[in-house]
Amino acid sequence: MDQIGFLESRQAVLSRRREIVADLLDLLPRGCLVHEPRELVPFETDAFVSYRRLPLAVALPETTQQVAAVMKYCHRYGVPVVPRGAGTSLSGGAIPQEDAVVIGLSKMSRILEVDFANRAAVVQAGVTNLAISEAVSADGYFYAPDPSSQLACTIGGNIGMNSGGAHCLKYGVTTNNLLGVKLVLIDGTIVELGGKALDAGGLDLLGVVCGGEGQLGIVTEATVRLVAKPEGARPVLFGFDSSEEAGACVADVIGAGIIPVAIEFMDKPAIEICEAFAHAGYPMDVEALLIVEVEGSEAEMEAMLASIIEIAGRHGVKVVKESQSATEAALIWKGRKSAFGATGRIADYICMDGTVPLGQLPAVLRGTAEIVEKYGLRVANVFHAGDGNMHPLILFNANDPEDAARAEAAGNEILKLCVDVGGCLTGEHGVGIEKRDLMRHQYGDADLAQQMAVRAAFDPQWLLNPSKVFPLEGRPA
Amino acid sequence: MQTNFTAEQLADPHVATSEKILRKCVHCGFCTATCPTYVTLGNELDSPRGRIYLIKDMLENDRPADAEVVTHIDRCLSCLACTTTCPSGVDYMHLVDHARMHIEATYKRPFWDRLTRALLAATLPYPGRFRLALKAASLGRPFASLLKRFKPLEPFGVMLDLAPRNLAKASATARPGMHPAAGERRGRVAILSGCAQPVLKPEINAATIRLLTRLGVEVVAPAGEVCCGSLVHHMGREAQALEAARRNVDIWLGEIERGGLDAIIITASGCGTTIKDYGFMLRLDPAYAEKAARVSALARDVTEYLATLDLREQEAKGLTVAYHSACSMQHGQKITLAPKILLRKAGFVVRDPAEGHLCCGSAGTYNILQPEISGKLKARKVKNIEATKPDLIATGNIGCITQIATGTEIPILHTVELLDWAYGGNKPAVLS
Repeated sequence: MDQIGFLESRQAVLSRRREIVADLLDLLPRGCLVHEPRELVPFETDAFVSYRRLPLAVALPETTQQVAAVMKYCHRYGVPVVPRGAGTSLSGGAIPQEDAVVIGLSKMSRILEVDFANRAAVVQAGVTNLAISEAVSADGYFYAPDPSSQLACTIGGNIGMNSGGAHCLKYGVTTNNLLGVKLVLIDGTIVELGGKALDAGGLDLLGVVCGGEGQLGIVTEATVRLVAKPEGARPVLFGFDSSEEAGACVADVIGAGIIPVAIEFMDKPAIEICEAFAHAGYPMDVEALLIVEVEGSEAEMEAMLASIIEIAGRHGVKVVKESQSATEAALIWKGRKSAFGATGRIADYICMDGTVPLGQLPAVLRGTAEIVEKYGLRVANVFHAGDGNMHPLILFNANDPEDAARAEAAGNEILKLCVDVGGCLTGEHGVGIEKRDLMRHQYGDADLAQQMAVRAAFDPQWLLNPSKVFPLEGRPA
Repeated sequence: MQTNFTAEQLADPHVATSEKILRKCVHCGFCTATCPTYVTLGNELDSPRGRIYLIKDMLENDRPADAEVVTHIDRCLSCLACTTTCPSGVDYMHLVDHARMHIEATYKRPFWDRLTRALLAATLPYPGRFRLALKAASLGRPFASLLKRFKPLEPFGVMLDLAPRNLAKASATARPGMHPAAGERRGRVAILSGCAQPVLKPEINAATIRLLTRLGVEVVAPAGEVCCGSLVHHMGREAQALEAARRNVDIWLGEIERGGLDAIIITASGCGTTIKDYGFMLRLDPAYAEKAARVSALARDVTEYLATLDLREQEAKGLTVAYHSACSMQHGQKITLAPKILLRKAGFVVRDPAEGHLCCGSAGTYNILQPEISGKLKARKVKNIEATKPDLIATGNIGCITQIATGTEIPILHTVELLDWAYGGNKPAVLS
């Protein structure tokens, strides 16, 4: 695929490649700089694998001071910087460019402090999302936002993209669970934003940085909110005869003021893909499936389930299946959370991330099917229905350039549809490179100019992750 | 993931297989999280996704292996945790096998590395030579720390460290021959004699034979068997590995013709993974493809076979066992529950150490060739095991037994030694 352009490389940087590598080698400990051309290849992309650009070098610092030293150097010599966590971005947020130094946080993966009295944990940015929950699980706590890639994705990347996840319906997304960060600015200055308290005085810069897509600075440490585990939790499967009925059921549940922990949606192709991988016992004779998780005491769970079952009944629910054991519950979630990767068993895919008002779910599901059919492609839908955060997976053949171009065009149309019904381009994956050129479809010139002004206040030379988020044309000179 | 191979390149059956494997990868990155070397080193080049990309780049460009690629492939333990994690079903094992063959064919290793590998390949698979080498090692032990001070000689120092202080006597029970079932015969199996294991711990196969015959199973230890080929296979020495595989296939098929076999019992899960792969390894050999597939279909880990015998519940022993699942057991053969169910039935309290998916760092010859990473993984494994406060450790692979034993005072035994005791055998010496 090559529809989406990158910024032209800075010749002044490319021509100094050798010196830059030599200088960075001096700044970092042994084994912390990747610079051999062949070793750079695996860093040319992330999970948005259709687009690829080799970086100039990859720095893998071990401390905040080393991150600061590299940033200061890059700032001084006008070298672009692309931050990278685990490289699991679905929007190309970590794809580098030829004149950029990648700063990878993968060596900074320690949990620094667990503070139950303040319900907080302080962690390095390269720690994986799931590792935080695992570290506090025995004490009855967890970190709530749970992107499907939580096994591998890092908290630094979660902050960059303001990531969501299945359980965010009740607990909120990353920004609602982030208390503070240590942030390295492009000139190497280290600042602390927020802390263990609920709010900090002054401007809410933490709110600005969360979702900043690595354009405002590089987070090296984060203080996150820990949540006590509920008394009990149970996923329940609801099978429907059509996607539209399942979608309408979600809108009615939320509309009735019922907020379960999670409402996840899978259509038939997605059910088949996930069942083949996880053997979770999903019903196979339905067109659409909702995974609804309720939690609390037994009585609370029963009461909430009864109301949901009643609403589902009005939408002709065909199957209601409660998980019978912890193992079964784990398999239900394993299947759901592996859905994207498991799709690789049958085809290549690109994953959309549009979010729509819940009342529009049935219409957008229908519209998505029509668009994909028009391009002669297939689609699998698996998404956070309770949040209206849709993830159509458009299936295609990556070895066929025309097929790939069609997939990309179909994706763009779907995202525009989401915006047109009152939704937005991205619920949790970020704009990255993928949705950059659609930003004008969502925002007017004044809106974009204001966002760019904030961005430029942090990074006046536009060195940080510069090819992402904002359309290349119309940027301030 | 997109691939770029020409029709000519794809005419090579190895490349064609690898291309299919690469096409399944969607570059999601899940595999990085459970990879022991990525978790230890924090560099994507030392993760499955990084290696897949390096291999792809090398094969697509028809390039001989270079020092960088070799470094990162050599650091792979072949633990296959990535294949358990991978949602899209990437067959990493056969991809990295191909890469190792390619390295062996196109890359000249530095002198000391070549020497180390040649020595290992010429010793470990041969019980007689290995026994001699271990005896020699006891003379060389005083020089271990000296050798370890020079990087190229480090593997030799490590070998001396790993060599047991007291060499066990070869077991009379485990010699080639037929062991009739006690009472009514309910099955007939062959047992793999193995190479390093009978020298290091002859007790394992002896216990297996005692247990199985007591349970009514006739056990044959066929004469003429050789090492399963796993050790050299993982070094990319494919010709030597296939030669071993063919030899064993012939021996076992002969045994099938003689009296039929319900299973080929393997007591080292590392060997089990390889023998179950004979069908694939010999798929391009018209004379052996079908025969090898037959043998692979009969291969069973001893716990896998015991699980079919419906053993009786035993009284509680009052002993807590930390069960260490070897990578070749849980990732290579996907056997996860059977050994634990058997141990619980046998009366042991079984604990699962944290991070059970991570390798202990043994991985065939890895602890000799990559002592630094191996040492870190061993320390991490021992810490997790000791945190469960067990009386003893059980596992199903000789490599793990040797590795973990050098890091803890807690006795470590093969699962089958405990089962033999629980079902009428003697208490293992180390517990008395």
